[in-house]
Amino acid sequence: MLWPRLARALLAKPLTDPPVAAPADTVSALAERLAATARGRLGRSLAIREVDSGSCNGCELEVNALQNVAYDLERFGLRFVASPKHADVLLVTGPACRNMAEAMQRALACTPEPRWVVAAGDCAVDGGVFKGGYAVHGGAGEVLPVDLLIPGCPPSPTQLLEGLLALLEAEAGPGKK
Amino acid sequence: MSAAALIRAGAPQGARPFERHMLGAAAWSRLPAALAADPTVALLALWAEPGVVHAAFLDEAAGVPLLASAPAEGGRYAALSPVRPGAIRFERMVRDLWGLVAEGAVDLRLWLDHGRWPVLGPMSANPAPMPGAEPPQPEFLSAEGEGIHQIPVGPIHAGVIEPGHFRFHVQGEVVVRLEARLGYKHKGTLALMLGKPPRAAAAFAARLSGDSTVAHGWAFAAAAEAALGVAVPPRAVALRALMGELERIHNHLNDWGFVCNDAAFAFLHARCGLLREGVLRACQAAFGHRLMMDRVLPGGVATDIAPGGAAAILEALATVEAEVPALMRIYESHASLQDRVVGTGFLDSAHARAFAAGGFVGRGSGRRFDARSAPGYAPYDLLAPSVAVETGGDVDARLRVRVAELRASVMLARRLVAELPEGETMAPLPPGGGEGAALIEGFRGECLAWLRLDDGGLIRGAFLRDPSWLQWPLLEAAIEGNIVADFPLCNRSFNCSYSGVDL
Repeated sequence: MLWPRLARALLAKPLTDPPVAAPADTVSALAERLAATARGRLGRSLAIREVDSGSCNGCELEVNALQNVAYDLERFGLRFVASPKHADVLLVTGPACRNMAEAMQRALACTPEPRWVVAAGDCAVDGGVFKGGYAVHGGAGEVLPVDLLIPGCPPSPTQLLEGLLALLEAEAGPGKK
Repeated sequence: MSAAALIRAGAPQGARPFERHMLGAAAWSRLPAALAADPTVALLALWAEPGVVHAAFLDEAAGVPLLASAPAEGGRYAALSPVRPGAIRFERMVRDLWGLVAEGAVDLRLWLDHGRWPVLGPMSANPAPMPGAEPPQPEFLSAEGEGIHQIPVGPIHAGVIEPGHFRFHVQGEVVVRLEARLGYKHKGTLALMLGKPPRAAAAFAARLSGDSTVAHGWAFAAAAEAALGVAVPPRAVALRALMGELERIHNHLNDWGFVCNDAAFAFLHARCGLLREGVLRACQAAFGHRLMMDRVLPGGVATDIAPGGAAAILEALATVEAEVPALMRIYESHASLQDRVVGTGFLDSAHARAFAAGGFVGRGSGRRFDARSAPGYAPYDLLAPSVAVETGGDVDARLRVRVAELRASVMLARRLVAELPEGETMAPLPPGGGEGAALIEGFRGECLAWLRLDDGGLIRGAFLRDPSWLQWPLLEAAIEGNIVADFPLCNRSFNCSYSGVDL
């Protein structure tokens, strides 16, 4: 039952969507920012640690979808890691809840440089519908230094991928293949 | 006097369709004893407003919710937790948000309040500024014995998952005690809803738990419609149900895949993920949003189904239906996977009943409750969905309930598309106020919403209760005696919402 299906799948056409392209203006804006801060370069892969600082969990659904067969983020050199100590990028979702601020800061402190922080989703961008409340600081930028914003509620896996690929291309820099 | 009679003796407040009775403090203080004598009145939720405590019960004999309130004289009220363990966390939350203390409560520790807000009792009449001291270290319940160690996990977890803290006490590999500490995602949702009109506040219900955006959005909308006496057009009712069943399908597929992934069986995870992706793309085509967020609004639905949307949905459903039997055969015949899921994370039926656990958690342990059947709501009165129940109580049983439901949902969705009534998709909201509640079956269980609107139509009181309130505590019972390595599997088999209960 299982083995014949796996064999057929190996011989069949891949089910993965064609690759998306990083939006050119995002790449150039990021490249300028990264050149200015003179961070080291990492080559063609990024290890991502996801940090949910208080989302509704809609963003988590779409971030998880990046690992499915259709999006397959690993073919781009992107992968999720279990610890901030293994990460190049912190992908932050949700408004920065006051009850999560310490965890966010500790995660950043454990992430070795060069490192980047990506705020994914409208709540991480500026607190979204939750801004101004007693329980949240606002967007991720109120607690951590943010390098890239990916808006959306939630951002689709394609939008997440475009943002992450822009970061990958920008930090790879010119002349690195 | 029976508990139900004691409640019904209170002054009716004009709430629709489930009446709310205002008891005096003395009558409320007789409620714990009445509830102890009458196990057929289950607690669904406990919440408050400044100086008043509210409770929602389910009269299990009649299958109908019953609401009760009492003034909290001197900021205190009689605790229900000694007779209804489901009340334990609600009482802690009521104290954190409204500053009202449950006398005789089983547990008086802070829950949502981690000592990091700028105020104490943010929803009370007079929130006090926080002293600004070092946040207190949480106290965890202990376990004594030879060679017992603690393992703290979270709030940030290894996978892409919501934050919460789990404090394990283990003896070797076996979990002796688990206690969860939640509240990390508290966003102040209820406070942000106050003073807003229902259509504006719907965004908060839609974001209580993103994976249940349709169910919570529907419960909220229905509560507003009940309060205002709005008749939702039949086409909108059918579209809500279609979205609700699609939400059930995509979440059950997701859970099936992830449970297998937690047992390192990647094949099912990959196939379920792909089927789910097909469903979400059909939702995008039909309703303009993959998760269908902000599509259910008070009065109806935000947009009609797009041209070609019905065809996209039917195609995605056909793909799911074609593959599920083969996936089930693989799931059942793969010995190493079965070894992980059968007998793991056992929740006995007594606990499920004591906590009135709904959804696949309750139904996987023999508790036959599905809000679509009882109390029921349109259009399910005509569709009569079957209720999937298993008695195994383990990870496998909860998965089987999901697979049975997903197959039933495919048929329901297909029928809803075929029988979609013509007509309007949105009714206007009349001016004025009122009070309403609704119980809508989301993929995890019944979502309760309660609203009180003033004469200007603005929200003066609100509560949104995710079904996970009555399931989270049971995870702690189910994991006992299992190995630590099986925790992700057990946790995923419950798949409780963190955001949903953190408010």
